[in-house]
Amino acid sequence: MTTLPDKHGRFGPFGGRYVPETLMPALIELEQAYLKARGDRRFQAELNAYLARYVGRPTPLYFAERLTRRLGGAKIYLKREDLCHTGAHKINNTMGQGLLTRRMKKQRVIAETGAGQHGVAVATVAALFGLTCEIYMGTEDMQRQALNVFRMRLLGATVTGVEAGSRTLKDAISEAMRDWTTNVRTTHYILGSVLGAHPYPMMIRDFQAVIGRETRRQILAAESRLPDYLVACVGGGSNSIGLFYPFLADRKVKMIGVEAAGLGIESGKHAARFAGGRPGVLHGTMTYLLQDDDGQINLTHSVSAGLDYAAVGPEHSYYHEANRVQYTSATDEEALAAFDLLSSEEGIIPALESAHAIAEVVKLAPRLAKRQVIVVNLSGRGDKDVQHVARIKGVSL
Amino acid sequence: MINRSNRPVNRIEATFERLKAKREKALIAYLMAGDPSLQETEALVLELERAGADLIELGVPFSDPIADGPVIQKAAERALRSGTSLRRILSTVSALRTRTQIPLVLMAYYNTIHALGEEAFCRQAVAAGVDGVIVPDMPPEEAGPLEIAAAEAGPLLIFLLAPTSTPARRAMVARRSRGFLYYVSLTGITGAKLTDVGDVRKNVAKIRQVTNVPVAVGFGVATAEDAARVARIADGVIVGSAIVRQIGEHQHDPRLPEHVGQFVRSLKNAMHSVSAPTS
Repeated sequence: MTTLPDKHGRFGPFGGRYVPETLMPALIELEQAYLKARGDRRFQAELNAYLARYVGRPTPLYFAERLTRRLGGAKIYLKREDLCHTGAHKINNTMGQGLLTRRMKKQRVIAETGAGQHGVAVATVAALFGLTCEIYMGTEDMQRQALNVFRMRLLGATVTGVEAGSRTLKDAISEAMRDWTTNVRTTHYILGSVLGAHPYPMMIRDFQAVIGRETRRQILAAESRLPDYLVACVGGGSNSIGLFYPFLADRKVKMIGVEAAGLGIESGKHAARFAGGRPGVLHGTMTYLLQDDDGQINLTHSVSAGLDYAAVGPEHSYYHEANRVQYTSATDEEALAAFDLLSSEEGIIPALESAHAIAEVVKLAPRLAKRQVIVVNLSGRGDKDVQHVARIKGVSL
Repeated sequence: MINRSNRPVNRIEATFERLKAKREKALIAYLMAGDPSLQETEALVLELERAGADLIELGVPFSDPIADGPVIQKAAERALRSGTSLRRILSTVSALRTRTQIPLVLMAYYNTIHALGEEAFCRQAVAAGVDGVIVPDMPPEEAGPLEIAAAEAGPLLIFLLAPTSTPARRAMVARRSRGFLYYVSLTGITGAKLTDVGDVRKNVAKIRQVTNVPVAVGFGVATAEDAARVARIADGVIVGSAIVRQIGEHQHDPRLPEHVGQFVRSLKNAMHSVSAPTS
């Protein structure tokens, strides 16, 4: 299972490279550059040095004692990706791709962003490495995440609003792909999740797998055994795959990926691809998609912009069909309750994306024995969401 | 390898052969099917044939068209709003086939075909009278299922090459393409501006070294002058966004087909004045 994808970028039937011919040579070049870097000790040493001194890795694995007592079941550990520089796991990937951009001698980077966390992480490494940076963001998301738009601009990036379609992440990715198609000779596209055409899902997973590698070491040190459950939210699925990947061969470790159920699966206003979708092709990859009978992509809904997307990473589709990972979902309401709960019980305000994973833990932990162990990935901090949540609660700031 | 020996001559192949004998180049006109409605599409196809189009490309609208610029994106939105689907486009093609034998090629993003099913799509498309299909987000590497489904009875699978394609890819893509080969004239999306015709000439010459399949050039051909310049180089000239823009501008005009027909006639006339050496 851990040797995937195959040389065609396939995870079983999923993945691949469904892109215009114009991009094919660039994807092949990127794959070659990445595979060379992956095997190069100097590249890895350079990446590790930046992760340690700039990003702040390793991030702690924190035993959430009060939350554990409150839920009255399994022991709950939080993997503190929220403590990474820029406030989320996204920078693990952008640091890797930023270094790769330098190696490929490209001067310009572009990216899409939904919640703005990936955009901020790209703008950050662009500033660090002196690269020109343009971020595409749906205008709907720009409103929801105004603070992150300002952060990206402070970091020197151009933020370009996308008015097409639903004006969210999906449309931002389409626009970034169009830019890349036009400027492919000079520009690297720093995709933000384990989505898109090969080699992106593999490369981004590898950069995020640092989360799981650290977690494994840390939980063995704390509990002298592996966890019973790993829990993470799944938008595109990069923080979850990063946590899960180094544990895949450990058959006793159960894994739960939590999608956004929005206003409820039955409402049709959600982003739960495994509950409501079927395989198809979007943005370069074959994977589970929310689509209608004619193959048109459905509009999605989630309170969290980072989970509000119609497709899921192809590797997740593979683990879903192989029954290696169980995919559940949490509604907006459950996520908001979890957001409050973690804030008041532990003094940690989670990102709304991560709050979906906490919501699953709220359901799961009480059903388990006290000696059992859950590790949940706290993929980002909630500072960016505070204004949005205040609006939802009708509080004027 | 795919066995095509017993297949009757396809309308696309017949058209390129007929034109070659006359030392003419093919004008390939692109329309978004269902923009502004499928009824108008029917009228437009017939009018464009009268105006001199040799082959019609019918775009299948998709919600997320990554290879298209704003003009065709907006046309796709209009087509989807008018209730257009691949199934309904195939019915329109069936209806057209009682009135015209012009070659019809679908340009469809892969997911719209996958949703119908590769085999069902090929069967229904051929039965309706579709001659070829172009899938802009499906390179040959991912074409297996559709290629197998299309091998026996069609439609012909037309692949694309781009300025960024490497020599190895040129050979591979050219070998797989049927009917004609679509050369994307610029590094970009549909509707961008064609600036470097010299570069197109060089790349088309390189493609001709590896294949005898006709080469048609598209993306960025917007004016009669562009069409004339490209006609000197290639076997076919594909005009998309410029036609779609006309349709967008005249969508509420009862004389829509005539307006667009006039534009297409000007393209064809410009190409006629070119008497280019055949390869």
